[in-house]
Amino acid sequence: MTASQRLDATFAALADPTRRAILARLASGDAPVAELAKPFAMSQPAISKHLKVLERAGLISRGRDAQRRPRRIEAKPLAGASGWLEGYRRFWEGSFQRLDALLDEMKTQEKKACARSARGEKHR
Amino acid sequence: MKNTGTLKVTTPTSREIVMTRVFDAPRRLVFDAFSKPELLKHWFGPRGWSLVVCEIDLKVGGVWRFVLRGPDGKEMGMRGVYREIAPPERSVHMESFDDYPGESQVTAVFVEHGGKTTLTATVLYASQEIRDAVINSGMEHGAAESYDKLAEMLEVITV
Repeated sequence: MTASQRLDATFAALADPTRRAILARLASGDAPVAELAKPFAMSQPAISKHLKVLERAGLISRGRDAQRRPRRIEAKPLAGASGWLEGYRRFWEGSFQRLDALLDEMKTQEKKACARSARGEKHR
Repeated sequence: MKNTGTLKVTTPTSREIVMTRVFDAPRRLVFDAFSKPELLKHWFGPRGWSLVVCEIDLKVGGVWRFVLRGPDGKEMGMRGVYREIAPPERSVHMESFDDYPGESQVTAVFVEHGGKTTLTATVLYASQEIRDAVINSGMEHGAAESYDKLAEMLEVITV
């Protein structure tokens, strides 16, 4: 898969709330399918389908234990997607902090101008 | 310092980025800050970068052109055409970078409530190439791959 196809797969996998919840659960530790299915009003085969999507996207893998086959979260593809967003966020957050300061200054200038014109009217 | 809660970035589809940010000012001022070169020069660009060229022809079909200069002297040019302008509520413009192929469409909506303005900017990538170029430039900064960061990443991606 190319980097771009990987990102497509990552975003498609993350588009579903059940799959995001599964990932959030796995972020706190490996878990077998039965345990992952518990919080959802869903059959185990339905959960297995979601797990297959996550697995194909490389977001989870299967542990070594042949009996329990615990699922494990994979950090790398998530890092790819979040790296993109982080770069984006960094660009804009840096800009917006300066914009906050500028807007404060613009508000102050406006108030001063207002006060000046109010005084001007009284003199008339 | 963590800035979640101020700037929110989400990806509703694989070719869209939606950014939401609240500013403590009426939208008339915020719209001006986004469309007047003398104001943009004060704030636009990542930390350490300055906006050395900022030309705006604010009308439908009008062209804008920015050049950012980085701390190492590296320059990054961007440009586009305005598609819609409805001050101080909404604008739509195209955006492309000198060094990358393709173009994206940016829709900015300004909503004022109680003297504060919420900006919602939607970036729609027209092509896979431009999205990937942006992703790659973001990845140059190196994303942490440690498991400690997973919760934070999930938060970033799935808000």
